[in-house]
Amino acid sequence: MSGTYLGMPAFPAAARDAVRDTTLRANLRHATHTIRDKRAKAVAELDDWARLREAGRQIKDHTLRHLGEHLLRLEEAVTAAGGTVHWAADADEANRIVTDLVRATGEREVVKVKSMATQEIGLNEALEAAGIHAYETDLAELIVQLGKDRPSHILVPAIHRNRGEIRDIFAREMAQWGRPAPDGLTDAPAELAEAARLHLREKFLRAKVGVSGANFMVAETGTMVVVESEGNGRMCLTLPETLISVVGIEKVVPTWRDLEVFLQTLPRSSTAERMNPYTSMWTGTTDGDGPTAFHLVLLDNGRTDTLADEVGRQALRCIRCSACLNVCPVYERAGGHAYGSVYPGPIGAILSPQLRGTASEIDASLPYASSLCGACYEVCPVAIDIPEVLVHLRERVVQGGEFTRHGAKTTLKPARGHAAERAAMRAAGLVFARPGLLRAGQRLAARTRRAHPRTLPGPGRAWSATRDLPTVPKESFRDWWQRTQGRGAGPAGSSGTASGTASGTASGTASAEGRTDEGKAGA
Amino acid sequence: MRVALFLTCVNDTLYPDTGRAVVKLLSRLGVEVDFPAAQTCCGQAHYNTGYRHQAEPLARHFSDVFGEYDAIVTPSGSCGSMVRELYPRMGERARAEGRDDGLARTLAPVVPKTYELTEFLVDVLGVTDVGAYYPHTVTYHPTCHGLRSLGLGDRPTRLLAAVEGLDLVELPGARECCGFGGTFAVKNSDVSAAMGTDKVRAAESTGADVLCAADNSCLMHLGGTMTRLRTAMRPVHLAEILASTEKEPWS
Repeated sequence: MSGTYLGMPAFPAAARDAVRDTTLRANLRHATHTIRDKRAKAVAELDDWARLREAGRQIKDHTLRHLGEHLLRLEEAVTAAGGTVHWAADADEANRIVTDLVRATGEREVVKVKSMATQEIGLNEALEAAGIHAYETDLAELIVQLGKDRPSHILVPAIHRNRGEIRDIFAREMAQWGRPAPDGLTDAPAELAEAARLHLREKFLRAKVGVSGANFMVAETGTMVVVESEGNGRMCLTLPETLISVVGIEKVVPTWRDLEVFLQTLPRSSTAERMNPYTSMWTGTTDGDGPTAFHLVLLDNGRTDTLADEVGRQALRCIRCSACLNVCPVYERAGGHAYGSVYPGPIGAILSPQLRGTASEIDASLPYASSLCGACYEVCPVAIDIPEVLVHLRERVVQGGEFTRHGAKTTLKPARGHAAERAAMRAAGLVFARPGLLRAGQRLAARTRRAHPRTLPGPGRAWSATRDLPTVPKESFRDWWQRTQGRGAGPAGSSGTASGTASGTASGTASAEGRTDEGKAGA
Repeated sequence: MRVALFLTCVNDTLYPDTGRAVVKLLSRLGVEVDFPAAQTCCGQAHYNTGYRHQAEPLARHFSDVFGEYDAIVTPSGSCGSMVRELYPRMGERARAEGRDDGLARTLAPVVPKTYELTEFLVDVLGVTDVGAYYPHTVTYHPTCHGLRSLGLGDRPTRLLAAVEGLDLVELPGARECCGFGGTFAVKNSDVSAAMGTDKVRAAESTGADVLCAADNSCLMHLGGTMTRLRTAMRPVHLAEILASTEKEPWS
């Protein structure tokens, strides 16, 4: 299993396979629609949702504007509470720090709380290379790990799997890694959960090192916050002797007062719960209670570069709720794997090309993985205008230009593979700049209409493989208008009479005069 | 009030009937509408595909053509939102790029004067019953830019509900995108087609004989899908339903 997804095909090719996988389509449709509808109900319960959303947006924006100050304040508070803070500029540095910390304990295994940041940097693979096994303890992450699979959703990583598939994975794989699945395991949810519980329990009780991320970091007290549903996180955060948390720098909030807003919006947006079952908070270390050593690894990995982009930086507001995935019609059909990143769906389509750059084929294709329908923006609890950022990143792909990479201003060349499109856009621009040219083109199309094929060869096949082309009318509107000045408006080929006969109006002077058999009109 | 019809390049070229319907409808309501012949394209395809700088001359041209009118009416939620939502953004981006206020100032006048057809009918003219007659079962698909960018709300369905003889049936999953999405339809054609098929199947399930929307681009995608799927339904633009009367049925 690789966490880095390099070498992924571009989105359209990966999505094509998903669209044709009927089991996957059914799993995703069922799951996304269920969560989508529940979220809508949970959000509708709050009269002040719009204000909470706006507050969340403003808190995040303000924090990001002064990110350096808040991070230093956080470091100070964490250190004062007995923790150790490490700064990681990129994935390699973060992986090296964590690997060294685990090695220093002499342990060969760690238990993990579900964490996007550690997936983003491919920590499990890095630890494995160092001979350290990382056990995922979130139920869905366990399913993904046992199945040698990749997560396909931020919140429910095994959303692409149904109960039968999960049963098969448990029955086949659990024995290799610890306690086997019970004999005669069925696909009943309670049985599957119990099998996971028993399998994981021995790991919780044995592990000396826990690895987590965090949903929030409160700068004023240096407090970490993990929000979860299953309680596995609480186990990993309290039982081990050493706790290592890898957290993206954008997760800091200045105060507890700020946190309060997100503790309302996150559960309702993600699991459609008024409040999540487990909220774990810890501040450094406490004698006789929980881990005796706490390390915080602050991860940049492209975040500062993203912050430098004034349109794209709003992606850093994200609190990883997944509401945008659950409502996205493209995600529902393409599935999470097609996005080639641990961050799938609309938020992934704007995060991955910023965190990783647009050099790879998959990253350059992600800004186009959207119909710009805007459903994601509508549900986002921190008001990230995802369509705006998608279009902005399309511009970066086709035009290149200046942006920040590894902290330095870089001039990006336009991506290859867009030459034909660029030429077409330029040609269209020329035509649209001259109404006469547009008219000439319309007349040419009208004159040759009988010869137009119903399907197209070459690139046009992308349209006509599944859709008929519209029939070009005999006469464009502008030609009709020039001929009639709008009098006698009726559908083409109809014997509609003057509009004046309808109800006697200001333009009731209109008559059928000037109306000819429109087939005779034209150049 | 001087009212201009901003028909859109797609309607002008492929769906002139929709333009004729708007002219007929507005004239029936006492509004004389002009079609400035210099109009071409609002630049949305350029903008949304990543060619913002190439969309700028088209936006300037739009402003030149329509600037002097009191109201600019368009039978397209999508192109309407280009002017209303994205023209101001183009101005801001130009400023952020260190250019002057020129673009923002040029585009500013047309922004508040541009109305999608149903906004113009309901908000400006204050009518919901436009005196139409259309004896068909109709289901309405709210297209995304009209729904989310312009916030058309229930204006289109209020207009449809007031049409005599029309049986309006609710479309399941109405708020879901049809999958057109401009260049998305060809850049991600498999996902686009799957979305279109699902939308058509949902429309079919209502038993309606007409699928109505206020955007012909989306209807082009859905209509092309319908004929390929051999469904009995027809795509019809909202303007053509509202233009239809008992004496002069439109379609």
